[in-house]
Amino acid sequence: MRVSVILFPGSNCDHDAEYVYRKLLGQEVQLVWHREHDLRSPDLVVLPGGFAYGDYLRTGALARVSPVMQEIRKFASRGGPVLGICNGFQILCESGLLPGALLQNIGMRFLSQFVHIKIENAGTVFTRGCAQGSVITCPVAHFEGNYFADEQTLERLEGEGRVVFRYCDRDGRVDAADRVLNPNGAAHAIAGIANEFGNVVGLMPHPERAVEDIIGGVGRNSGLPMFAGSLSN
Amino acid sequence: MRMQVLVRLKSGVLDVQGKAVEHALASIGFQDISEVRVGRLVELEVEAGDEAAARQRVIEICEKLLVNSIIENFELRRI
Repeated sequence: MRVSVILFPGSNCDHDAEYVYRKLLGQEVQLVWHREHDLRSPDLVVLPGGFAYGDYLRTGALARVSPVMQEIRKFASRGGPVLGICNGFQILCESGLLPGALLQNIGMRFLSQFVHIKIENAGTVFTRGCAQGSVITCPVAHFEGNYFADEQTLERLEGEGRVVFRYCDRDGRVDAADRVLNPNGAAHAIAGIANEFGNVVGLMPHPERAVEDIIGGVGRNSGLPMFAGSLSN
Repeated sequence: MRMQVLVRLKSGVLDVQGKAVEHALASIGFQDISEVRVGRLVELEVEAGDEAAARQRVIEICEKLLVNSIIENFELRRI
């Protein structure tokens, strides 16, 4: 399988994504610069974390008008799988490929810590390798991770099973009002969502940084099944 | 033609920056200040025949880039 990892000025998790797909899963990975008009025929696209264009104007705002995003729109509309991690999620929301927006964290702080996230929908391309209701433990590193959408949109996301990941405790218990379990204050404790077809998925946490035991704290809650599951068709 | 765009978070959308400023003000003795909201001011030059055309052009760029209508609204004025 061929994976295109998109590189914006300010991306900083591109090599983490590349590492998972190339080193751990043995796939062909190509880094695609934001000015390119050609995704180079990928089977799957990753928008990595970072601070594209320095987060100027709004996080993800300038990235959304880059040439490569026009190609990603076309790729996604043909059903191509697209994963946005952290800043990649923010870019997908800004681009309108996913609904809602990411506000600044409710606690007014940049969050750099481990979180637990529960797989609420194991039916998407990026969660079909995970068990429904299982928990991934991985880092978050963001200032704007507080998921926001109007009530109507939230209702639709919930009704259509498009809330893919939710912040929770290690046993999968969710409490959106609990600042320990839902540290950025996200609506409905939403950590990640999918588009209506399940081929575009975005999330704030970094499962690509929790794929090997060497970093500690991963164990059975590794993020690896997410990526491994995205390979099969 | 020089135009000014004032971009603000919609009322009801949490403004963390505003809250932080409010707390900082209280810490230096301004406890009488509340409901601080921080916006963004963008000034730009538009090539247009008249003000109506300029406004139309700026509205277009607000919708395309300057403003995220999910969380923000905007006001225009000529300067």
